[in-house]
Amino acid sequence: MSTPHATPRATTEGTVYTVTGGDWDEVVESAVKSDDERIIVNMGPQHPSTHGVLRLILEIDGETVTEARCGIGYLHTGIEKNLEFRNWTQGTTFVTRMDYLTPFFNEAAYCLGVEKLLGIEDQIPDRASILRVLLMELNRISSHLVCIATGGMELGATTIMIYGFRDRELVLDLFELITGLRMNHAFIRPGGLAQDLPPGAIDQLREFVKTMKKNLPEYDKLATGNPIFKARMQDVGYLDLTGCMALGATGPILRSAGLPHDLRKTDPYCGYENYEFDVPTADSCDAYGRFLIRLEEMRQSLRIVEQCIDRLAPGPVMVADKKIAWPAQLALGPDGLGNSLDHIKKIMGTSMEALIHHFKLVTEGFRVPAGQTYTAVESPKGELGVHVVSDGGTRPYRVHFRDPSFTNLQAMAAMCEGGQVADVIVAVASIDPVMGGVDR
Amino acid sequence: MGLEEKLPSGFVLTTVEQAAGWVRKSSVFPATFGLACCAIEMMTTGAGRYDLARFGMEVFRGSPRQADLMIVAGRVSQKMAPVLRQVYDQMPNPKWVISMGVCASSGGMFNNYAIVQGVDHIVPVDIYLPGCPPRPEMLMDAILKLHQKIQSSKLGVNAEEAAREAEDAALKALPLIEMKGLLR
Amino acid sequence: MSENQNHDEQNNNGVPAPRDETGEVIGVRKGMFGANNGGDTSGYGGLVRTVALPGATSRPYGGWFDELADELEGALEEQDLLPENVIEKTVVDRGELTFHIAREHLVRVARTLRDDPALRFELCTGVSGVHFLGDKGRELHAVYHLRSITHGRLIRLEVSAPDNDPHIPSLVEVYPTNDWHEREAYDFFGLIFDGHPALTRIMMPDDWQGFPQRKDYPLGGIAIEYKGAQIPAPDQRRSYS
Repeated sequence: MSTPHATPRATTEGTVYTVTGGDWDEVVESAVKSDDERIIVNMGPQHPSTHGVLRLILEIDGETVTEARCGIGYLHTGIEKNLEFRNWTQGTTFVTRMDYLTPFFNEAAYCLGVEKLLGIEDQIPDRASILRVLLMELNRISSHLVCIATGGMELGATTIMIYGFRDRELVLDLFELITGLRMNHAFIRPGGLAQDLPPGAIDQLREFVKTMKKNLPEYDKLATGNPIFKARMQDVGYLDLTGCMALGATGPILRSAGLPHDLRKTDPYCGYENYEFDVPTADSCDAYGRFLIRLEEMRQSLRIVEQCIDRLAPGPVMVADKKIAWPAQLALGPDGLGNSLDHIKKIMGTSMEALIHHFKLVTEGFRVPAGQTYTAVESPKGELGVHVVSDGGTRPYRVHFRDPSFTNLQAMAAMCEGGQVADVIVAVASIDPVMGGVDR
Repeated sequence: MGLEEKLPSGFVLTTVEQAAGWVRKSSVFPATFGLACCAIEMMTTGAGRYDLARFGMEVFRGSPRQADLMIVAGRVSQKMAPVLRQVYDQMPNPKWVISMGVCASSGGMFNNYAIVQGVDHIVPVDIYLPGCPPRPEMLMDAILKLHQKIQSSKLGVNAEEAAREAEDAALKALPLIEMKGLLR
Repeated sequence: MSENQNHDEQNNNGVPAPRDETGEVIGVRKGMFGANNGGDTSGYGGLVRTVALPGATSRPYGGWFDELADELEGALEEQDLLPENVIEKTVVDRGELTFHIAREHLVRVARTLRDDPALRFELCTGVSGVHFLGDKGRELHAVYHLRSITHGRLIRLEVSAPDNDPHIPSLVEVYPTNDWHEREAYDFFGLIFDGHPALTRIMMPDDWQGFPQRKDYPLGGIAIEYKGAQIPAPDQRRSYS
């Protein structure tokens, strides 16, 4: 049987049919004729139920997956190389687009690295650190919401998807109010933040916490006890502690294996040691446990957000050192952030020195003493590490992101092999890989 | 395609054009072609608040064979380009392409070895949508503009005529490097 | 990190980790501003500065670093290895401890670090390649970060290989998580990890030529043309050196 859609080809391992479309019955018929049960299914890189442009290569025997492999790199953007041609401050604009669901974590990790190289960790104003924590925790909520929403959609539960995106919009409204952008903010800068909170933000934040406290239990009602949801999720995507450690899996995957490892507790940054929150764990090692952990983490994040709001005291949000602080005074323009007209008037009209300073710092940027550093933050997906190398120049010499999605995705094979084809999707969704982070 | 392409020029053809355009624009089926950040905004557009269902196109088709609109949402890498072209080729005519976001339109800030500098190197693009990423409102605006374009699209001999006119105009147009004036 | 902070405090209180005066020279920076290939337009063309990374540190390293280095050296001696041969250099910089390891001993060191109860670095966070064009004879560096969840510590291993012999032993048998990380470093830097089960390209297409994140590989951007103006790609522009 030879059709244009399924062409047979003799190889050393037997006849291989490459299917690009057409009538499935014909394909199955040819497979049956060949007396070989083994079928290799190429799922993706464009497939509605994989996360982004992930390619899964599954060898299936009937309904059972005997081997599973990942093909990645379909979204490789060369961000790490691009960073080497921009100055240190411009770097945040690039790193924020890596894992586009957790922009603030990328920015924070990168900026903490640059600050460590500069040796100014102690000079970061408290308000900046608190606001970083606030933004990161809000971001954790929005990232987990997308994970739960798309995970639900891939199971066919559209309601969860609608719920998740409804609540994510509330977070994005806050981001837009605070940073001017819904995504890809580049708001956390080496030395502090691009800008202070706008007026009215605190009230909106309080309002948001109130709304979310009302909305979060809805996920419990909708999904946690739902027998269909449990049947699909429980005991699927199993990876125990040994597997997690060997494969370097961190974040909710590691915590679903029972180890309460969270960098916010074990290796605090941005003053996380001063906040009260719990690290939820599960002992089921499966997709359902990860779902419960993500739900609980959102509640804990709300707790931290509340503490941040209470703790905010007036003060600067950028280091005092004018050689590092981005000189522009930003204002919320009609199209998002822009330069403040008053500031431009001042430097153009009255202060020659300020103008020169502004010009030098914007075109040249600051120099960072030579050396290397590794900083890690606990992103919603796990340990997000940044290896920053400086050669003393105005641009990074090398920036490498150890993205949790990239490392966790390696566990896909261990989770899927031996299971059902339908469970592959659940397992991948429970890893929550974001291809922007995987491929960078 | 079908009978409508063979109609002689005149009153009947223009009437069929209008009817076909109206029918086509009222139920556009987008293929899910989410690549990067823009894909998240595309999903947001389909979700509750922005509700693409108002324009009869909330159902994103998983299979390109059931879709007639490809929203290229995000940066297209050199590795993804052949896949993208294959998905485009698998879509039945008539089909349209929206290039969502600067990365898909021109490579954007990723002017490097990994990214295709504009998806129009691979597939013909109908609407370029700027933004990084564009807001859901902008995507809806692009979709509505595409609806207008679909409504006014030509058939048969009229389509050939329109294609010829477009080609003539393109041949006469000044290359970007020879244009003068302020950079805006 | 709390231990790191203790270490910093100790440093501030008295015993700063003494540092090699010169550091490790990895290159020379000339001029101040201008195109890399053309003339200098700033009048500072004669400016020459060396670029040096932090050099080797001598004892005491401060904090838990000494204890850890003792443990590691002791464990190596038990395996009949001379620590001087294995650890080329120890660098303490910005509160982080780096061991430069001779590449032939990398797997042994990693296994010791993982299995020794006093060291116990269970988690490897992957490998990051760095290409130092000016560091002749050891251009390619592979940098590993190991995290001990048991002891709450983080250390860095650095291994180098010359451009004309880019071989480094693979750590996949010790840390399976390095599978994709090593493929990534191979893809971007051409570092060949001997013993890796399937060292193939992971990010770039299989038929890609060259290793794109090496310093001698161009960024690959194209010039943008618009209304008579041409803006070169970021790596072709004039820049501060």
